[in-house]
Amino acid sequence: MSIFIQYTVNGLTAGAFYALVALGYTIIYGIIRLINFAHGDLTMVGSFIGWTVLVSMGLQRLPVFLAIALAALASMVVTSVINVGILQFAYKPLLNKSLLAILITALGMSIFLQNAALLVFGAGVQAYPHLVTSSGVFIGGVRISYAQSIFFTISLVLMAGLYSFARFTTLGTAMRALAVDHDAARLMGINVNRVIAIAFILAAILAAAAGVMIGLYYTQINFFLGFLLGLRAFTSAVLGGIGNIPGAMAGGLVIGLLESYCAGYLSGRWQDVFVFGVLITVLIIKPTGLFGERVAERM
Amino acid sequence: MALLEVDDIHVFYGNIEALRGLSIQVDGGEMVAVLGSNGAGKTTTLRTLSGLERARAGSVRFDDQDITRTAAHEIVGRGLCQVPEGRRIFTTLTVAENLALGGYLMRNRQQELRQRRDVVYETFPRLAERRGQLAGTLSGGEQQMLAIGRALMTQPRLITLDEPSLGLSPLLARAILKIVRRFADEGVAVLVVEQNARQALAVADRAYVLETGRIVLEGAASDLAADERVQKAYLGGFEQIVEEEEGREKEKEKEDPSPLGGG
Repeated sequence: MSIFIQYTVNGLTAGAFYALVALGYTIIYGIIRLINFAHGDLTMVGSFIGWTVLVSMGLQRLPVFLAIALAALASMVVTSVINVGILQFAYKPLLNKSLLAILITALGMSIFLQNAALLVFGAGVQAYPHLVTSSGVFIGGVRISYAQSIFFTISLVLMAGLYSFARFTTLGTAMRALAVDHDAARLMGINVNRVIAIAFILAAILAAAAGVMIGLYYTQINFFLGFLLGLRAFTSAVLGGIGNIPGAMAGGLVIGLLESYCAGYLSGRWQDVFVFGVLITVLIIKPTGLFGERVAERM
Repeated sequence: MALLEVDDIHVFYGNIEALRGLSIQVDGGEMVAVLGSNGAGKTTTLRTLSGLERARAGSVRFDDQDITRTAAHEIVGRGLCQVPEGRRIFTTLTVAENLALGGYLMRNRQQELRQRRDVVYETFPRLAERRGQLAGTLSGGEQQMLAIGRALMTQPRLITLDEPSLGLSPLLARAILKIVRRFADEGVAVLVVEQNARQALAVADRAYVLETGRIVLEGAASDLAADERVQKAYLGGFEQIVEEEEGREKEKEKEDPSPLGGG
């Protein structure tokens, strides 16, 4: 039993990261109907920016919390700029053209970000500093590391923040309105282009947070980590019903758990088979996802 | 100087010229109807006024300022708001959230916002009853009230309506047009596009007849209602059947005098 709980704790931690990235897929899909394949790679870039600040610029010598906060902040700013840049130069000109054209462009942006990171940071693995201790507390044979509890809590806070923003602020309401009808939103005086840009910034902020936490938690990153991460997060978003914010959160946690149980009880080699098996099953049986009833409405 | 002056606009969809030199005017506090059959360019006219389509030639002036090339969301801020065809409410949001978006431009002025909202709820008590309900679950008539209420939230000086009676029972359609007439009496100019010519002419001050992207006839609503050409083209046949139906509806109306739920 304690083993099961241990796998659950591990799965929830990874799942929280997937959920943060999945939210990025879901927000952007909700607003412009684009599956932004570059989003996983944006998370990777976010991770590298954090690494740059902590290691290359040497901020890891500062007090831990200050160092991490600065790294996360720098990462959020840079990924936001990159994401809005991608929006303006790559996606915006195609917004009213075919969905396929913009989808292929997103794939292109994914490859672009990977290769840019390869060029700047090299092909090797980079080590994140061990800032958050991997020691922890034992409760009935289950080890919960400080890193796990801290990162899980931060993730939950970010998710709650995003949810409240979308649910309770007028700007968030405008964002949900865009999921329904862009022209009607314009007729309310909503600057649609600006709201889309804000959505891209929100997605980037969550991706940067996830990227830095992933670096600190797994302590190793490379330019290719965004690919699988992105696919898993995308699967999470589809599982929860893409376009649906609580759905992406739940989907991320479920995928994290599934992966952890699979790695624990079967073998780590099988976990991707399971995850993508889930994706295919959901797409066949319930394409609207777990929170299906409101997905038609996208967000 | 009229509140809205549309001068010789030409609008294209690709190579197809949807508006071929259309000119209309609306004064403050006036209710103007634009009649025309399907494909005459009524919706295009309103979309162009709202900045959702661009005129290739000609000009749109609102409140003495050129808005021909102004962005759609800025035009709303100037005081011209459209109730689009098919209502286009935000179905996944609640009634209250839909209205909040109508107040998007004054979202930082809470007090003003509350006042506007109270006015809307007074006009359409049914919306107040359903404020927490998802807009997609409203009936057709209620959705039209919400679409109009949402537009009222923007504090318009000119409100344009695209086929507000579409899909409504004749009774409700007339009630909606009467409410809209009241806006005009209260000083908000109204430009309403209708296929339902008889009802529109009954409440409007003036009217234009639009055919294949051009104004072919204009005048006082009562004159147009009596015009032989208008009668033949827009008030005959099917309209007469509708009229008879309305006679029957009127019986019911006596029992339930307020289809909009109070007010």
